[in-house]
Amino acid sequence: MIPVSAYVIVSAILFVTGLIGVLVRRNFIIVMMSVEIMLNAANVNLVAMAQHLDSLAGQILTLFVIAIAAGEAAVGLAIIIVVFRGKLATNVDQINLLKW
Amino acid sequence: MYDLIVTLIPFFPLLAVLVNGLNVLVGYRYSHEIAHRLAWGSVLLSFLCSVWVCLETIGHPDPRTVIVYRWFFGGDLTVNFGFLIDPLTCIMLLVVTGVGFLIHVYSVGYMRGEDGFTRFFVYMNLFMVSMLLLVMGNNYVVLFIGWEGVGLCSYLLIGYYYDRVSAAQAATKAFVVNRIGDAGFLMAIFLIFANLGTVDYLDVFVRAATLDQATAGAIALCLLIGAVGKSAQLPLYTWLPDAMEGPTPVSALIHAATMVTAGVYMIVRSHAIYDLTPDALLVVGVIGAVTALFAATIALVQTDIKRVLAYSTVSQLGLMFLACGVGAYTAAIFHLVTHAFFKALLFLSAGSVIHALSGEQDIRKMGGLWDKIPKTHGVFLIGTAAIAGFPFLSGWWSKDEILGHAFTHGHYVLWALGATAAFCTAFYMSRLLYLTFYGESRVAPDVAHHLHESPTVMILPLMVLAVLSVVGGLIGVIPGGLEHGWFHQFVEPVVRVAGPGSGATHDNELAYLLMGVTTLIGATGWFLAHYFYQLKPEQPDRVMARMTGVYRVLLNKYWVDEAYDQAFVEPGKAMGRGCDLVDTNGIDRVVIAVEQVTSLSGAGSTWIEKHVIYSGLNVVGYGNHLAARLLRRLQSGLVHHYAAMLVGGFVILVNLIALFLWFGGAS
Repeated sequence: MIPVSAYVIVSAILFVTGLIGVLVRRNFIIVMMSVEIMLNAANVNLVAMAQHLDSLAGQILTLFVIAIAAGEAAVGLAIIIVVFRGKLATNVDQINLLKW
Repeated sequence: MYDLIVTLIPFFPLLAVLVNGLNVLVGYRYSHEIAHRLAWGSVLLSFLCSVWVCLETIGHPDPRTVIVYRWFFGGDLTVNFGFLIDPLTCIMLLVVTGVGFLIHVYSVGYMRGEDGFTRFFVYMNLFMVSMLLLVMGNNYVVLFIGWEGVGLCSYLLIGYYYDRVSAAQAATKAFVVNRIGDAGFLMAIFLIFANLGTVDYLDVFVRAATLDQATAGAIALCLLIGAVGKSAQLPLYTWLPDAMEGPTPVSALIHAATMVTAGVYMIVRSHAIYDLTPDALLVVGVIGAVTALFAATIALVQTDIKRVLAYSTVSQLGLMFLACGVGAYTAAIFHLVTHAFFKALLFLSAGSVIHALSGEQDIRKMGGLWDKIPKTHGVFLIGTAAIAGFPFLSGWWSKDEILGHAFTHGHYVLWALGATAAFCTAFYMSRLLYLTFYGESRVAPDVAHHLHESPTVMILPLMVLAVLSVVGGLIGVIPGGLEHGWFHQFVEPVVRVAGPGSGATHDNELAYLLMGVTTLIGATGWFLAHYFYQLKPEQPDRVMARMTGVYRVLLNKYWVDEAYDQAFVEPGKAMGRGCDLVDTNGIDRVVIAVEQVTSLSGAGSTWIEKHVIYSGLNVVGYGNHLAARLLRRLQSGLVHHYAAMLVGGFVILVNLIALFLWFGGAS
């Protein structure tokens, strides 16, 4: 029987990995992927807790998160494509139009 | 039906005023032809309505009140805008609208080609409205409105040639002198209301019996002041001769036939108050008699045809006051009516003479006109005979009645004054006739060149008035004989003297004797004029030379105008100058000082605002500005920065929650 703390630790490692990816990588795609990793870290955590607490709420919430992550990925990729076509940029630090 | 027609009487001229007045204001959208038709047409309609109302009243002589609407009210005071129709009102209505209509028709010819033709008729119709309100009102307030209205129209029409300085001055004089009288009248109204609690004629006359002697006297004298101002009696008569600056139809309508008789009408209307105070009545009589003689003597030597007639009017009005003063109210109204006929006739025919002579008014430059303008001569002759007291003409009946009444009631002094005035009247009117129409022509050659008779539109009203002047007196004798004619029977109920003292015994023999005496007096006056100006034309100059002093006194009108100038006008001007001095040196300086202080403190406030308040506000503004400049750096537009801030915030939040749980859990 794997203790619940192991799931939480895996989840934390995944989350921090994603967070570092978002903060330090420049490429749009990588950043998007890191965001997905963070979401999945949360999913792991939720499912583990659902199992641990014997409640279906966590699993249902996870299904929502997966659905929303799909939508978010679609919108994000669309934006990336538009930016890429218009400006030929692939890095987030080249885009700073939305400032004061 | 009855109410409607009564209301329509003043309404028709009012409508003409509004329509023609609007036409003047919007710049003459229709011609003079339409304007004058509207003007006299409206007066004709009023006249027809008046005749109908008069016929109704003959059937039912009791006073009838027509309330148009409740005008204003509060406390004990209720003033209705209403009309009182009784025989006295009917007589006045017929005179005002009838003579007014004739004069309107005459004016069409007389004023043709004048500037402001339409304006003239607007004023004339406005005058008709005011005069009708004056005679029809059922209370003193409506009377007062009419009273002021006719004063205003008199002012406007005297000053009709407003670009002429003398006309403007005469208009102002008339207005100011009338105001003095009006103040008295106003006080009388206040006294009436204060003591009787109403201003309606019928109520006032019923309640007047409760007045004590002193109050009744005060009211009567205040009313008299008003009447003296409006009817040009001593000492307020000076405006009337000057009022001759107005066009001649105006002199005929306003300053002879109607407006100036308003004072007589008012006294007769208020006779219930006068009957209570024999003293006030005596004052009326004395003022009337003295004025009659005074004005008649001035008229003896005047050389302006209209001024002679003006003084004659003052004198005749004096006679009417004399009649009121001796209690002969019916005779006063009778003389008012006949005077309206023959004086309107005289003024209008004088206007015709002036018209024929291209504006000449000096009788020294007339003479020998009788065959040049025969129709005018004919009617002028009739008018002169009527006023001078030629037997069986209108003036003879009414004047005799007044003098006879004065004599039979024991006022011998008043009778003597009136008789002397009658003698003077006969003399100066005959003199006027002789100097104007007979003897050698003294007309300037260039004027004589286009001497012409007046057009038919002017002659026709003269003819009508001449007929009225001849037969008008008969309403006073047919059918009942002397002092018992239709007129007297009609008017008597209105002026019947309450209580004892009425119904003096009539001595017919004495009456006939007095008639003979006054006829003789008139004939003597005529003969004297005939002798002076026809038989011995050089005689007047010789008499003048012998009596230079008297002549100069009369020619200068007893220097009353000059005396008034010195006594009132000059001190008034001096007071004005004094006030001006105080104003410029005292009040103005204070005002200027205040102004300077204000402007100085204003400058101080401005400085404080600019440098203290604004700077404070600017500090706040700049502070915000600088803070914003710093803080906007946070919004870099780079996703990483936002993500980092998000993470940082998240860390802080988690730590805070942890801290809270830690310590919260511990406690």
